[in-house]
Amino acid sequence: MAYSDKVIDHYENPRNVGSFDKSEEGVGTGMVGAPACGDVMKLQIRVGKDGLIEDARFKTYGCGSAIASSSLVTEWVKGKTLDEAETIKNTQIAEELALPPVKIHCSILAEDAIKAAIADYRKRHGELEPGKKAVNE
Amino acid sequence: MKLPIYLDYSATTPVDPRVAEKMIPYLSAHFGNPASRSHSFGWKAEEAVEEARAHVAALVNCDPKEIVWTSGATESINLAVKGAAEFYKTKGKHLITMTVEHKATLDTMRELERRGFEVTYLNPRDDGLLDLAQLEAAIRPDTILVSIMYVNNEIGTIQDIPAIGALCRSKGVLFHVDSAQATGKCPIDLGSLKVDLMSFSAHKTYGPKGVGALYVRRKPRVRLEAQIHGGGHERGFRSGTLATHQIVGMGEAYRIAKLEMATENERIRALRDKLLAGVRRIEEVFVNGDLERRVPHNLNVSFNFVEGESLIMAVKDIAVSSGSACTSASLEPSYVLRALGRSDELAHSSIRFTLGRFTTEDEIDYAVEHIRVKVAKLREMSPLWEMYKDGVDLNSVQWAAH
Repeated sequence: MAYSDKVIDHYENPRNVGSFDKSEEGVGTGMVGAPACGDVMKLQIRVGKDGLIEDARFKTYGCGSAIASSSLVTEWVKGKTLDEAETIKNTQIAEELALPPVKIHCSILAEDAIKAAIADYRKRHGELEPGKKAVNE
Repeated sequence: MKLPIYLDYSATTPVDPRVAEKMIPYLSAHFGNPASRSHSFGWKAEEAVEEARAHVAALVNCDPKEIVWTSGATESINLAVKGAAEFYKTKGKHLITMTVEHKATLDTMRELERRGFEVTYLNPRDDGLLDLAQLEAAIRPDTILVSIMYVNNEIGTIQDIPAIGALCRSKGVLFHVDSAQATGKCPIDLGSLKVDLMSFSAHKTYGPKGVGALYVRRKPRVRLEAQIHGGGHERGFRSGTLATHQIVGMGEAYRIAKLEMATENERIRALRDKLLAGVRRIEEVFVNGDLERRVPHNLNVSFNFVEGESLIMAVKDIAVSSGSACTSASLEPSYVLRALGRSDELAHSSIRFTLGRFTTEDEIDYAVEHIRVKVAKLREMSPLWEMYKDGVDLNSVQWAAH
C-alpha cells in the first residue's frame, strides 16, 4: 500500500508512545476499537491545573494508518483546552495524513479515542468546578 | 545480502534464468505460429510447444495429449469447473468445494450458482484438512463435480488427494484439483491418482506469468464445454493462438522442477524449520495450519497482539504477505484462517512466509532477527500487549466493535 510520507513518518517515529497511570490526578483514558476488527487505540491525556492538556500518550494495535492517526492526535491535543480538543474532526486527521479512502475508519477511531479520553477525564473530574481544587490534591 | 529479502514465493516466483534463456529465441528467432502447418516457421514452433507439453506431462505423470494450454491456473479452473458443469448439467446440477479454496475456484462457483447450479462449501477441520466423512455425506445423486485444492495458498496444507479421488471415483463424481501451489512441491502421479481434471500454473514454479495448463483425463474420458471459442485450438478445449515462448518457459520450468524438486525441497524445508525455530522463540506466536501435512516452503504464523499490516510495514527488509484485513480492500481478515477456527484477532495478526529456490540461510538468519526486533517494537506500542502483560483476560473485555 502506498502511504503518504506523513503516515510513514508517524509510523516509524511515533510520538508520545506510552501510558500514564489511569488513576493519576488529571489523567483521562480513552480506549476504542476491538481486537476482532483489527484495531484498538488507547489514548490518554493529562490535564494541568490551568485546564490545558499538558501531555498525551497513546498505544495502538492496528495498521500503519491507525498508528499514525493516534500519534498525530497526541501531538495536536497538547496545549489545547478540552473544548478545543473535542473539536478535532476525523476529516482533519485524514486530510493531514492523506489517508486513502479504505483507511478513513482509522481517523474516525482516532477522533473517537480523543473524545473518549476527554469524556473519561470529565467523568472522573467532572464534579469539580473549573479553578477549584480537587479534594484529594 | 540484497534487501529486501523475498519471502513471498507463493505469490509468485522469479523466472529461473535457465527458463528465461530457453524462452528468448521463441520471441524473435522462432516466432512462428504453432498452428501454421504450411511452413517451417510453424513446424519449429509446434515442435517446441509439443516438447513443452511432454515436460509438463512428465512432471505429473500423464499423457501429453491430456494437457491443454491456458493463460494460467485461473483460466484452467474456470475451464474445468464451468466446462464440466455445463457439459454434465443434464446429469445433475450440484457441485462441492471447500471454503478455503482460492478465489479462482470460489468466484467460479459463485458464477455457477448464478447460472442455477447448487454448490456446497465444506469447512476444513481446524488443521486445514478436509474431513472425508463430511465430503462423503455431502455427495448426492445429482453431484457432478468436486473441486479441491492440492495445496492451500495461505497455509500450505496438503489435502489427501488420493483418498478424495478414490471416494469421488467410487461415487461416479468428477474430481478437479487446483494444483497451482503443488507443482514442484509435492510429487504428483496422475497415473495412480483418481483425478479427472487438474489445474496448473507456470509462475508459481519458476516459469513465466500468463501461462498455465489443464489436465483433462482421457481414460475414462472427461468432456468439457469450451469457454473460449475461435479456431478450435487445443482439440477444441481452448481456442486462441498459442503463446509459444510462454509455453516453452512453462515446459522448461516443469522439466527443472522434476529434476531438482527432491533435493530442493529438503534444502528449503531445513531453512523453513530454521525460520520456524527462530520465530518460535518469540512469545505468543501461533502456527496456522497443520505443520506435518504442509509443503516445505510455507510458514504461516500469527504474532498475537500485533496487527499484520503494521508488522508488514515494520519488517520492510523482508517481502511477505498477511492474512490481515488491512492489506486488502475488504477490511475482512483472511477467510482461510477464519475457516480454520482462528479468532479474528489471530487472523489479523498473521504473516505468511514462503521460501523458495533462491532463499539463502543468511537471509533466514537476517529475517528472524529483523522480525524479533520489530515485533518487540510494535508490542511496546500495543495496548493489547500491555493488558496481556498486566494479566488482563482480553476475552473478558467489552470491546466496542466498529
